[in-house]
Amino acid sequence: MAQNFTSLPAHPETATLEGKNKVLAFWLFLGGEVVLFGSLFATFIALRTSYAGGPTGQELFDLGLVAIATLLLLTSSLTSVFGVQAMHRHDVAGMQRWFGITVLLGVAFLGLEIYEFMHYYHMGHTMSSSAFGSAFYTLVGFHGAHVLGGVTWIALLQMQLAKKGLTVVTAPKFYLASLYWHFVDLVWVFIFTVVYLMGKVG
Amino acid sequence: MATHAHPKRTGLWDWLTTVDHKKIGILYLIAGGFFFLIGGLEALLMRIQLMYPNQEIFVGGSFNQLLTMHGTTMIFLAAMPIIFALMNAIVPLQIGARDVAFPFLNSLGFWLFFLGGLLLNLSWFLGGAPDAGWTAYLPLSGKNYSGMGVDFYVLGLQIAGIGTWIGGINFLVTIINMRAPGLTFMRLPMFTWSVFVTSALILFAFPAITVSLVLLMFDRLFGGAFFEPALGGNIVIWQHLFWVFGHPEVYILILPAFGVISEVIATFSKKRIFGYSAMVFATVLIGFLGFMVWVHHMFTVGLGPVANSLFSIATMLIAVPTGIKIFNWLFTMWGGQIRFTAANLWAVGFLPTFVIGGMTGVMLSVPPADYQFHDSYFVVAHFHYTIVGGMVFALFAGLHYWWPKMFGKILNETLGKIGFWFFFIGFHLTFFPQHFLGLMGMPRRVFTFLPNQGLELGNFISTIGAFSMTIGTLVFLYNVIVTATRGEKASNDPWDARTLEWTISSPAPEYNFAQTPLVRGLDAFWVEKMAGKKKMTPAEPLGEIHMPSPSILPFIMSLGLFIAGFGFMHHAYLIVIIGLGTTVVCMFLRSIYDDPGYHVHPDEEEVKA
Repeated sequence: MAQNFTSLPAHPETATLEGKNKVLAFWLFLGGEVVLFGSLFATFIALRTSYAGGPTGQELFDLGLVAIATLLLLTSSLTSVFGVQAMHRHDVAGMQRWFGITVLLGVAFLGLEIYEFMHYYHMGHTMSSSAFGSAFYTLVGFHGAHVLGGVTWIALLQMQLAKKGLTVVTAPKFYLASLYWHFVDLVWVFIFTVVYLMGKVG
Repeated sequence: MATHAHPKRTGLWDWLTTVDHKKIGILYLIAGGFFFLIGGLEALLMRIQLMYPNQEIFVGGSFNQLLTMHGTTMIFLAAMPIIFALMNAIVPLQIGARDVAFPFLNSLGFWLFFLGGLLLNLSWFLGGAPDAGWTAYLPLSGKNYSGMGVDFYVLGLQIAGIGTWIGGINFLVTIINMRAPGLTFMRLPMFTWSVFVTSALILFAFPAITVSLVLLMFDRLFGGAFFEPALGGNIVIWQHLFWVFGHPEVYILILPAFGVISEVIATFSKKRIFGYSAMVFATVLIGFLGFMVWVHHMFTVGLGPVANSLFSIATMLIAVPTGIKIFNWLFTMWGGQIRFTAANLWAVGFLPTFVIGGMTGVMLSVPPADYQFHDSYFVVAHFHYTIVGGMVFALFAGLHYWWPKMFGKILNETLGKIGFWFFFIGFHLTFFPQHFLGLMGMPRRVFTFLPNQGLELGNFISTIGAFSMTIGTLVFLYNVIVTATRGEKASNDPWDARTLEWTISSPAPEYNFAQTPLVRGLDAFWVEKMAGKKKMTPAEPLGEIHMPSPSILPFIMSLGLFIAGFGFMHHAYLIVIIGLGTTVVCMFLRSIYDDPGYHVHPDEEEVKA
């Protein structure tokens, strides 16, 4: 395996046909994910005021908490960019550091989300309390599951990086994980707007 | 990279672990063919029940189960997989590729489809099949009105759908990134073009059904309220999401059929396809419009005249590119040296049949008329004319045409023609009278009708036709057996055909092309034949070819989801954890162990031949 970093091309993620295929396939995958989240958003928007006597968004949402979660997640997108820049410099230590921070920020976001869900649950806001409740937990929960998938994926990749080093096999994986992470953050921007801002003040 | 030992695997283990797209194509054909027979049997039982008025063979619930499983099986477990069989068997060969972009994912896609389909069909034995119609409209499919069958529907289709979606991405990447040198997009064979557009539709349509099934699953299993009006739910959301998927789905089915017809008609007319660039344009336009018209399934829901008008006009627009295609096929035949082989009989039979299906489609797209046709046998006649008269005819054409390339033997022509006539006549006997039954007021999805209302003759003829189609299918099966045991060995190019798959041996070697061919025009092989050559000019020297290793992981990953499916529907979360855990562990193993593959050296003799 090509452990000699000086022989690695500047963009190791697309140096092989396998790498090129993976990058293209991943963009297509994200295109499908757009439809997936688009359908969930459409469902949520259709049901966002169907409270059926259950708690409303205005009663539930604490924008301060959501703002902190947003800050954590958007910062983690930035740190993953630093990670990919480190990869392009062939700086493995930098990759470990920046992707490590990305994972920590993602885990912190998840912690806040779990706290938030528990809090709502105690306020009587459940999957079965209203169509709004079902739509809320499904949309936000799907995003949360994506965050969990992303942090698990990046953490496993870091173990591989420690073992195998940066190669034309490991590089595409980091590049794709970073793309995925940006996408998950992008979806959160829409959730922040459509679910929380519109729910609280819209 | 070191040369690794050539893994030799035989028997069942070989089929469970294969990542060869040609073998996966055969697996899709066997599994899809198996489900086609089951779906056909369900149809025949329904037609027997409806042969005479007031029969009491399959009444009420059991008829509803037959009806639901017939539709679901035929669309998801027969039509789609047989398309995937042809895609897998042919597309990499048509573009001069050694393999698909992701052989492992290809295998995973197959096993997800197969085990998802198996899960769905096990419902017959484990608590009753789904009975809410293949569209599973709420509130019929809600937990108040239907039993466990719909749980099987929700979970089985979800697993199978993921497999199809993966396959769509794989073929998009394969066609974009792995074409032979010189094979530009405007030289791509029509079948590959249609698979390309179909794969794009799969990519964008399947997530919509993923979401619809998730919502229904949450309602049924986890106390969700999406479709619970008392809690603010709205059942029309199901209809929108289902048809956002469901309408593109019918184009996912019909576009590859158009592709097959283009190949077969061009080959057996000995002419290049008439209006190639118009055909490409029409294919892309149909794919695009296919996404814009889902509301025409919901004209009677009450979305208002503006919505109905817009979707009505968009629907009618599809007739324009489809008409372009029909005329181009006719002009391809015009002045050609037509050979009526079995494959071409199916293709020529397709033309008038599909035109009838298209015409009734335009009739249905007029909202005031649709209020009359809605939920009557007229609709049943219409969609069977498009899906059976269009797609199934094209699949039979494609199977007769490509059988030599898939199996190395030519299907018996006489049996092929006998099968065609039984099926073709039977098809029209079955579905033509249904137009009139519908106009006379017979509703769809009913298990009986009353005497002396003018519905006896039409229903009787329709059932006779169903028997004739069954005979046609059995003749085809007999043909397959006869061909397998003592069929004629096929040469590389038995039909004097035009595209790259016919330049290599039948069946293709595991590495497809010993040397990647250089493409110099549309119908690459024909271009070389016209230049007086017998084979393609290679684009690279002869050398070692890298092949991916076989793997059992796709099968185990799919098995994990299959097991988790049972856990979900019985609320047995230990089983869910075992199932999902198995899948996740396999994903982990796949990620940490890089597949080095192995190398083969092309057979020198074969290359010289």
